[in-house]
Amino acid sequence: MLSRTADSLFWLGRYTERAANVARGLNVAWRLDGLGTGEEWHRILVASGCEPGFMEKHGEVTPEAVVDFLVRDPDNSSGILSCFAAARSNARQVRTALTVDMWSGLNESWAQFRNSSPDDFQGERLPEFLDRVRERVLLFNGAAQDTMLRGEAFLFVQLGTALERADNTARILDVKHDMLTPGSNGTVEFAQWQAILQSVSALRAYHWIFRERLVPARIAELLILRPELPRSLVACHSRVTEVLEMIAVGQGGRRGECHRLSGEITASLRYCKLSDILEGGLHEWLTRMIGRTAQLGGAIEDFYIRGG
Amino acid sequence: MGSAFNEMGEGPEHSAAYAEVARWLAATPPEELAAKRAEAEYLFRKVGITFAVYGEGGDPERLIPFDIIPRVLARAEWDRLAQGLSQRVRALNAFLADVYGAKEILRAGRIPESLVLRNEQFRPEMEGFAPPGGVYTHIAGIDLVRTGPDDFYVLEDNCRTPSGVSYMLENREAMLRLFPRLFSRHRIAPVGRYPEELLETLKAAAPERAGPDPTVAILTPGHFNSAYYEHCFLADEMGVEVVEGADLCVENDVVHMRTTAGPRRVDVIYRRIDDDYLDPRAFRPDSMLGVPGLMAAYKAGNVALANAPGCGIADDKAIYPYVPEMIRFYLGEKPRLANVPTFLCEREDDRAHVLSRLDELVVKLAQGSGGYGMLIGPHATREQREEFAARIRANPSHYIAQPTLALSTVPTLCGDAVAPRHVDLRPFVLSTRDQVRIVPGGLTRVALREGSLVVNSSQGGGTKDTWVLEEEGGPPAQSQSQTQSQGYISC
Repeated sequence: MLSRTADSLFWLGRYTERAANVARGLNVAWRLDGLGTGEEWHRILVASGCEPGFMEKHGEVTPEAVVDFLVRDPDNSSGILSCFAAARSNARQVRTALTVDMWSGLNESWAQFRNSSPDDFQGERLPEFLDRVRERVLLFNGAAQDTMLRGEAFLFVQLGTALERADNTARILDVKHDMLTPGSNGTVEFAQWQAILQSVSALRAYHWIFRERLVPARIAELLILRPELPRSLVACHSRVTEVLEMIAVGQGGRRGECHRLSGEITASLRYCKLSDILEGGLHEWLTRMIGRTAQLGGAIEDFYIRGG
Repeated sequence: MGSAFNEMGEGPEHSAAYAEVARWLAATPPEELAAKRAEAEYLFRKVGITFAVYGEGGDPERLIPFDIIPRVLARAEWDRLAQGLSQRVRALNAFLADVYGAKEILRAGRIPESLVLRNEQFRPEMEGFAPPGGVYTHIAGIDLVRTGPDDFYVLEDNCRTPSGVSYMLENREAMLRLFPRLFSRHRIAPVGRYPEELLETLKAAAPERAGPDPTVAILTPGHFNSAYYEHCFLADEMGVEVVEGADLCVENDVVHMRTTAGPRRVDVIYRRIDDDYLDPRAFRPDSMLGVPGLMAAYKAGNVALANAPGCGIADDKAIYPYVPEMIRFYLGEKPRLANVPTFLCEREDDRAHVLSRLDELVVKLAQGSGGYGMLIGPHATREQREEFAARIRANPSHYIAQPTLALSTVPTLCGDAVAPRHVDLRPFVLSTRDQVRIVPGGLTRVALREGSLVVNSSQGGGTKDTWVLEEEGGPPAQSQSQTQSQGYISC
């Protein structure tokens, strides 16, 4: 496959996933805003990595400004509409590598969202809007899963999706790391834990797996170490390693630094103990993990796209 | 300009080919047609079949308006056209081989030498080089207009990078979805094999050393190009890569594309980039779109280019009047398709005639396309005609003129009424060393504005599906879908 095509497919996977992740984050902020913790809108800015850009532009955190920045603002390249536009632009450049269902699903999402005005997503309209964003991304992922030929094109989209998802789970956890420190317990904390789990569609999963009430350490275990949960760090990184391996096999065993690094990250997640993570500090551990995930993204591009 | 020929026929007297369409139009209320048109637009938006217009403001991704009433040709009409098209393209290829080779037609004095050798479209780089297979214009688009039941004219030849074939294919897809019942009442020659035939044509152009399964790629200027959708569409349908200049590199006169598994050799390039931008080392040095060293690789015989560089000399408007002469000279045949009488303003007699009849003629740039920079005498104001007269006097060789033809009309949905609108037809002609292939039909372009004769999409033109009706009656048999058998399987 053309390197340029692989690049577009990889980022197509990343941007569609990012749009849904921003929507998930905003949804949490919206729910918790009602509980009056006051911190939620700021936290979501941090989680999405958009805080510096936001502060430069707005200076002060208000719900409307945060929502506008994360949904519509074309100056924010990680905003939902920007993500759809970037995903579509990547898709358009590799139209030939996509199926009609993927393209038309994405193209229609873009057509629906591109002219969104504040009336469509501010205030009471927000949850419905965010649901629609998540649905459109689910549709796209489903179309990819259902219709794409199992070749390299499929694998590069999967690679982008899995890597972006790993990044998102680590960020969501990091923003709430203080709430996951053992010992805290109260109504507000309980709502926070629920929100973390909901943001990665894992509230039900928690009850299925642990069959007990919400406990901070268990939540961290679920989101970091449980392979059954598709958005856990270990599941996302296992998928990255698996996909990289499939690409390598398809190319007669051609491997590079990205394969080694991905294997190392996945192994460390598979075989580490939660107590070790908590002992050194969850925040410190997550910061390292976010850095290594970014490093892995760079190594993938070096090897397959810039031809290292 | 007299009244135009209506292809469907007037009043109760319909042409046989349009019988069913006329019945359908009479039986369908206008609201229903308008609803179908809206559905068609939705379909095209959904598939993303747009053409890009940059630098004019507004939405850069536009839909070419699609008219849902098909244009119908009888098989016998089409067969006559196809023979004429095949003949014409064979002569154009022979002409290209000759002017870049022995130049016999010039030595025989049948075409003025200066018209060819001093033409900007003549590429001295191609002299003395024979492309693989001896074909120059592998894909040609010939624009035809009609003025009466048996009167077809070639308006212009497009031998370089003709576009529009994706619309021919997508228009048919849309019609099949919108009007399955209308289809079942006709036997229509299919167009869907075009991509296969294009791929076979391109593979046949490969250098011999490439073997039986050459690697083909489409070279596009990129997504800012107005026909980018088409480049991707064709690549997709053929299962080949669509590459940009930056995806290709030339080493030791061999062309490779950069892939995730390292460099891969390319044997045939269907290039949709103009000659000027193809290779900054051979042509315009400032081209960012091309591939440095591509021409050297081509001339070393390591890669085939379709169409060959230098094809522009065959479709130049100043050369156009001589195409019938080419047919007689190279094929020894009588031209089957007529040319529109054409006056070359650089000839003194012609120029005097043109300047005295500006109110009757169409004046065009000798090297222009897209319907830009043209004067339609009968529709122009006095000021516009005077301005053109001055331009012609200043640069006579830049202009040609033709009589204003009464282009035929086809019923078209305008607003919520059906009205006649002028059309042309661009069939696509594929050539290999020993074969010329034409998918029945082509792209019908329609001038949507009342009275307008300009069908170009950049000037408010639309498109229609073009049907070539097979003669034997009865709808084609459809195969039944399989169902589970009711009985038990006997062991």
